[in-house]
Amino acid sequence: MADAKDIFLKDATVNAADGDQRAFISKALGGYYTNRDLQKARYRDWERARDAASMAKWSAVNDLANVLEKFVTNFERNGGVVHWARDAAEARTIILKIAEDAKAKAIVKSKCMTSEEIHLNDALEKAGYGVVESDLGEFIQQLRGEAPYHFVFPCMHVKREAISELFTKHLGTAPTDSPEELTMIARRHLRQLYIDADIGITGANFLVAETGQISITENEGNARLTAALPRIHIALSGIEKVVNHLDDLSVLLPMLATAGAGQPMTCYNTLYAGPRKPGECDGPEQFHIILLDNARTRLLADPEQRDALHCIRCGACLNVCPIFKNIGGLAYGTTYQGPIGSVITPHLRGLKQWNHLSGASSLCGACTDACPVRIDLHHHLLHNRRNAAKESPTLFDRVFHNGFNFVIKRPWLFAVGGRLFRATLPLLQKLPLPYMSSWMKTRDLPKAPAKSFRDEWKTQENV
Amino acid sequence: MSDARSDIFARIREALKVKAPRPHLKAETSSPKTSVAAKPWLPDGGESVEASLQILSEQLAKLKAVLIRVPDHVSAARALADLVAQKSWKKVAYHGHPIIQPLVASLPCEAWEADKSFDKQRLEGCDAGLTTCESIVAQLGSILVSSQSSGGRALSVLPHAHVVIAEVSQVVPDLGTSLALAKARHGDTMPSMLSYITGPSRTGDIERILVLGAHGPKELFLILVG
Repeated sequence: MADAKDIFLKDATVNAADGDQRAFISKALGGYYTNRDLQKARYRDWERARDAASMAKWSAVNDLANVLEKFVTNFERNGGVVHWARDAAEARTIILKIAEDAKAKAIVKSKCMTSEEIHLNDALEKAGYGVVESDLGEFIQQLRGEAPYHFVFPCMHVKREAISELFTKHLGTAPTDSPEELTMIARRHLRQLYIDADIGITGANFLVAETGQISITENEGNARLTAALPRIHIALSGIEKVVNHLDDLSVLLPMLATAGAGQPMTCYNTLYAGPRKPGECDGPEQFHIILLDNARTRLLADPEQRDALHCIRCGACLNVCPIFKNIGGLAYGTTYQGPIGSVITPHLRGLKQWNHLSGASSLCGACTDACPVRIDLHHHLLHNRRNAAKESPTLFDRVFHNGFNFVIKRPWLFAVGGRLFRATLPLLQKLPLPYMSSWMKTRDLPKAPAKSFRDEWKTQENV
Repeated sequence: MSDARSDIFARIREALKVKAPRPHLKAETSSPKTSVAAKPWLPDGGESVEASLQILSEQLAKLKAVLIRVPDHVSAARALADLVAQKSWKKVAYHGHPIIQPLVASLPCEAWEADKSFDKQRLEGCDAGLTTCESIVAQLGSILVSSQSSGGRALSVLPHAHVVIAEVSQVVPDLGTSLALAKARHGDTMPSMLSYITGPSRTGDIERILVLGAHGPKELFLILVG
């Protein structure tokens, strides 16, 4: 079995050479940059607003036990049922049990990356339930049988012709090249499915401890319908989504929209407090929440990278990342793509197996600049590299670092080595050295200087 | 075997034994309350009613929502009837609220009080849903509806258009004020749904090209009285 790194290197190489696809992605992101900048300009001080957002998340994450306890108490007071899942398997079991008890048949889902993380659709389909994704992008990806390409824009890599063909094949509709008409096809197809579904599954963007509400952000209205029409609402959320106060959303909701999609506010930001209440005419009879750990506490235990749990999944770091734009989202092979995915995946799935993602970075820092909650993303990539070298050094790490240590402690050896290096530099270009040859293929080495830096320094000092 | 809840709490408490440094912030927070501290940094919501209304109308225009200003409820009824006629709506579902009931009495189409005898299939067949709202956020162009003020969860999202009737006094400058107002009004008994609606339903999932009316209403109208 090829490991994650081999697959990544292979896919990344192929995708990076696909100029058409890269141009398509750049074009798709062009409008985002314009809108994002327009919206950011409306902030009287975006940088300080980032501080406020970061502080709101910091204070909740660093007091997680108490804040979570408070959320649970209030969620239950609102009439909701809380379930705890240590890992993906437990979360799937809980959801299957709820579906079985309810004698459900049809399930409609709104976009929920946590459900991708636990491979929920597979489990539900194997158990015989009809599951349909209602977010347009996720619906398209479900028909394609492909994972989301970007955790906010799931099918941004798919051209309209391909979507038209897909709809013709699966829904029997006439071909069209109009995004508007394609959207209307999905709208018409899904409307009856919301009405017929027994269970609606959503994610959660924020869990408000103070009021026991969950907050869901979306543009299409599909989450609103998913939580309104079926008789059971199940929300699946990571434990880190909690915030202290309802008031914190006054900063987090607009910033999520601006950073994530260049909007002043996402079209629907909805707070749910329990199932249908007395006097209300509709809404589900039951409201369940599954609070998932799935290695989040492992990340919590690392104070250096704990701020990665502040992430509000806006996707801004993906949109500005030169690596993401060149290799695309699918190459990562992870639930969460881009810089944030490269930081957290080694914690969620194992550093040894996933450290290669920390190397897939130019360390330009665009991600850190873009993050609305100030996660120190590019430094965390370096931290992961360091931790991996410490935890399970490769042969190269060991030979190279020990060798470097040995030489650097002996100035005479360093001088001899330097002279040798300068003399043999032209040869290096031609030798098929491991780790070097792929770099050299497209680059020329500079000419070696006649003198070493230390010799030059001595001359200058004497002037 | 210990249960998942206690295991997860034990893991959290263990993990938090080592403290993480407070973020190095450029900002000096003037208040522990996020919205108060962040007010001077966020988008402007206007310092006066006139300023807020100006910002609101600009925001709604950018969102492609339609703002209809009328002086009183009599003209609101006329504006609504004109809208129904202009759009050729055949069926309108409405929330049975004292402000709305007089408006629908003389509508040139079928009008159904949706929260009296809720029927999702019938609601799906309606051209428009007519609701009140809790408050309107000038800063962002957002309209806060609730399962109480809007005839439930589906009425404001399932029909093909959404019309909101509100009074100028419901316009607040910013999101922080609106959230505080909701908390003060409902306290420990929040409606099961509170939803900020910011423009008609939209998607950019196909090639990042904006399309209105993905799953929710294609059109959003705000009739503002006063």
